[in-house]
Amino acid sequence: MQLHDVWFVLIAVLWIGYFFLEGFDFGIGVLTKLLARNTAERRVLINTIGPVWDGNEVWLLTAGGATFAAFPDWYATLFSGFYLPLLAILVCLIVRGVAFEYRAKRTEERWQRNWEHAVFWTSLLPAFLWGVAFANIVHGVAIDEHKNYVGGVLDLLSPYALLGGLVTLALFTFHGAVFASLKTVGEIRDRARAAARWLGLATAVAAAGFLAWTQAHQGTGWSLAALLVAVLALAVALAANQLGREGWAFTFSGLTVVAAVAMLFLSLFPDVMPSTLNSSWSLTVENAASSPYTLKLMTVIAAVFTPLVLLYQGWTYWVFRKRIGVQHLPAVHTTDH
Amino acid sequence: MLIALMPKARLVRSAGNDQREGAVELAVAHETIARWQFGVTTVYHFLFVPLTISLAATVAGLETAWVRTGKEKYFHATKFWGKLFLINIAMGVVTGIVQEFQFGMNWSDYSRFVGDVFGAPLAMEALIAFFFESTFIGLWIFGWDKLPKKIHCACIWMVSIGTVLSAYFILAANSWMQHPVGYAVDKATGKARLTDITKVLFQDTTLVVVFHTLTAAFLTGAAFMVGIASYHLVRARRAAAAGEVTADQRKKVATMRTSLRVGLAMAVVAGLGTAISGDTLAKVMFEQQPMKMAAAEALWDTQSPAPFSVFAVGDVTKGHNSVELEVPAALSFLAKSDFSSAVPGINNTAEAEAAKYGGKPAGYIPNVFVTYWGFRLMIGFGMTSFVAGLIGLWTTRRRFLLAPEFRTEDDEAPRLMLTRTREMGPFLTKWSWRIGIWTMGFPLIANSFGWVFTEMGRQPWAVFGLMTTADAVSPNVNAATQVGALATFTLLYAILAVIEVRLLAKYASAGPVTSEQPPAKDPTLRGPSSAEDAEKPLAFAY
Ligand code: HDD
Ligand code: HEM
Ligand code: HEM
Repeated sequence: MQLHDVWFVLIAVLWIGYFFLEGFDFGIGVLTKLLARNTAERRVLINTIGPVWDGNEVWLLTAGGATFAAFPDWYATLFSGFYLPLLAILVCLIVRGVAFEYRAKRTEERWQRNWEHAVFWTSLLPAFLWGVAFANIVHGVAIDEHKNYVGGVLDLLSPYALLGGLVTLALFTFHGAVFASLKTVGEIRDRARAAARWLGLATAVAAAGFLAWTQAHQGTGWSLAALLVAVLALAVALAANQLGREGWAFTFSGLTVVAAVAMLFLSLFPDVMPSTLNSSWSLTVENAASSPYTLKLMTVIAAVFTPLVLLYQGWTYWVFRKRIGVQHLPAVHTTDH
Repeated sequence: MLIALMPKARLVRSAGNDQREGAVELAVAHETIARWQFGVTTVYHFLFVPLTISLAATVAGLETAWVRTGKEKYFHATKFWGKLFLINIAMGVVTGIVQEFQFGMNWSDYSRFVGDVFGAPLAMEALIAFFFESTFIGLWIFGWDKLPKKIHCACIWMVSIGTVLSAYFILAANSWMQHPVGYAVDKATGKARLTDITKVLFQDTTLVVVFHTLTAAFLTGAAFMVGIASYHLVRARRAAAAGEVTADQRKKVATMRTSLRVGLAMAVVAGLGTAISGDTLAKVMFEQQPMKMAAAEALWDTQSPAPFSVFAVGDVTKGHNSVELEVPAALSFLAKSDFSSAVPGINNTAEAEAAKYGGKPAGYIPNVFVTYWGFRLMIGFGMTSFVAGLIGLWTTRRRFLLAPEFRTEDDEAPRLMLTRTREMGPFLTKWSWRIGIWTMGFPLIANSFGWVFTEMGRQPWAVFGLMTTADAVSPNVNAATQVGALATFTLLYAILAVIEVRLLAKYASAGPVTSEQPPAKDPTLRGPSSAEDAEKPLAFAY
């Protein structure tokens, strides 16, 4: 295995980490409208991810920065090519972060309601758009001999890509519902479990179609294995949810995310962005990679710091392990922090 | 030192036209939009960064003071400045996300060319600094009742370290654009390749720029604290004059007095540091980018010794000016530490660069107007806050009371003093408080001008000597898309600015919430048993 292969794996790991963690964040955001019946319940949901959402989002920044360092051409082609979808995602992430932080900073009802709308839409849209983006990456797009994307924005919205968007949206919302049932008490916990059942089934339908399509189009033996793990994990997550084993349900909804994203990367390798115009113009782990010096340097940095990050982020989840319910919310007039 | 106010004969020049000839008009528009977008988003991001850096450290210091002394005023100060810090950092975080991706979006040819070198510090920043900040800030915000106070305090120190590391890595990346080192251009691919990361991380440009930016950040935080504390102390004086002094106000005043003194001291130390580091940086820049510094002085022709132009009336882009205030030989000193050295002028430098890189000399001249005035406004606005801090620290130096009504045991209070024994008159006292309030945003303005000067003074280069800005843009992104993006960001940022400023104003003017108390029992690391904890409300919730 050469260094650029190692870095392909590391980039995949960063994206997997991002989708595992921000996946349930986005899900919680979407559920503030599907699940919560009043402001207090919306607040409970938002606070299940309160201490962690920012740290989760940094997985995306790291994936972006690491791609820049390890595969500059991939970074350049991807973000200049998918300009408008990425712009939409950025706007959503900006508004979403501000919404979490500022919602409780004023007590007026209208202020809070507006930010709650914002949380919903800015969670839903990126959850969908990331699926669209990844479907396009895996499928390949119109890349010319100078490694530039030459298609239009509408070309990115093929049926396959839209289906990919629905898969991530359903999967993340399911993952979020399972997370909600794990982190809340009271009525909302029961409703979260009921919702998880339906969302899990919806995910199964959409994902089966999308992953089978991908496998048929460009699958390998490895990607098939990942696909099977994803399907199995989803089934176990649903069963555990049914039995009220929330910890297991979350473990396996997480594994579903891991396996599904891994499957996409496995069907991509050794390309990083295939060209649909001419396969010799595809970006590959070789022709998009940095020099061995930079890759080696970054490998050392990643080997030292990634475990450290996992350690202290894990600790955060332990510190905030307590379930919360409406009875735990501080009274509104003391929210002036 | 001699200061001369001298009318100058006006020399009209044909230079100073910085449009590169031969460029297709459309390409120019393309580049211009991309530059505007980068300028808008980055200057905006940098409005929050200096306050984040300085307030994180200040809050950490205040919380440490509370943990060590147990004094209530430190607790309230921690909470109060912490709240403003959080409102501010939220914007720093979300605007930073754009920064991470816009190199790929708008500057894809740049990204391809430099990714090997430039990507490394950027990735390190995310992996080392951003994870640190974002994780520990969650623990700090929500952890007041979950963590022992020492650990809780350690969390904000971690955040502070994260902000400094973050600044360090990104400035190393930026310094490489100003002065590329530790790389080689690959013959086969024509791309820059990293050959020595230690050069990128530890070159003199990086170290001095980090020092200058950090000290400027602390000056920014200092002026912010001084302004808000002055506001509260003035209000308290008014209340005292009207005879309405409550226990709540007494506590607020105690908190604000401490904050005022911390802010003033910080302004003096940081202001001094900014000036020293700025002077060092200027010397480095005279070496590395003589054009930038010549433009900063509107020094068209090489002179020895060279004067420092304090301000000029008339158009600096047209050569010499009608009215000018100059300090003879001072520029020689700024550049070379002596009063006689020759300092190369714009025309001579442009000719030298044209001879080296090809093309016409005029193509190597940055926007002299912006560079000249950016440099002056940076120094002027920033140093005003430093001087205000110096005066404030002197006038509040004695451990006297603001007003006898507020006397408590451990007061170290600012009564504004003219001499050791004589108080300032009511007129002066009134005005000196206002100075603090009015100048509270000055260093923020200085920072923006400093960056505009730095970045525009480097033009036409994106990476000095290696890649021009015109070659750096994404070739496949059309102008309409870019205009849309620019409009989107500008509008969104404008709306967010209004929201943020209103929130800051609301919480800043409300002052510390003196009814707030730390948890009665210091939490243990294991946390309370689930029975104890079952129905207890959260200490903080969104
Ligand atoms: C409060 C803000 C502030 C203040 C009072 C000063 N500066 Fe500054 N300056 C900055 C804030 C700043 C900055 C915004 O932080 C910059 C932009 C890039 C950088 O490294 O720092 C900067 C850049 C900058 C540069 C350009 C460096 C480059 O191109 O990389 C020079 C030569 C100076 N400064 C010199 C000075 C001098 C001689 C000062 C006088 C005492 C001074 N600065 C005060
Ligand atoms: C945070 C402080 C910064 C500010 C306020 C700032 C400001 C600016 C401005 C105003 C421009 C437009 C220049 C022009 O139109 O001529 C610009 C350009 C640019 N800056 Fe900076 N900059 C900052 C930091 C950085 C850093 C840290 C980097 C690199 C990591 C960087 C990289 C660039 C690039 C790539 C461009 C576009 C090319 C160009 O026009 O020069 N800047 N910046
Ligand atoms: C143009 C280049 C820049 C890029 C790519 C960039 C990137 C980012 C990103 C992605 C964040 C959000 C981190 C998070 O989610 O926690 C951020 C925040 C921040 N950046 Fe920038 N930034 C740039 C310029 C600067 C400069 C010049 C400095 C300092 C001198 C700086 C210092 C900070 C700090 C202190 C924060 C706030 C802490 C935080 O938000 O976590 N940035 N930046």
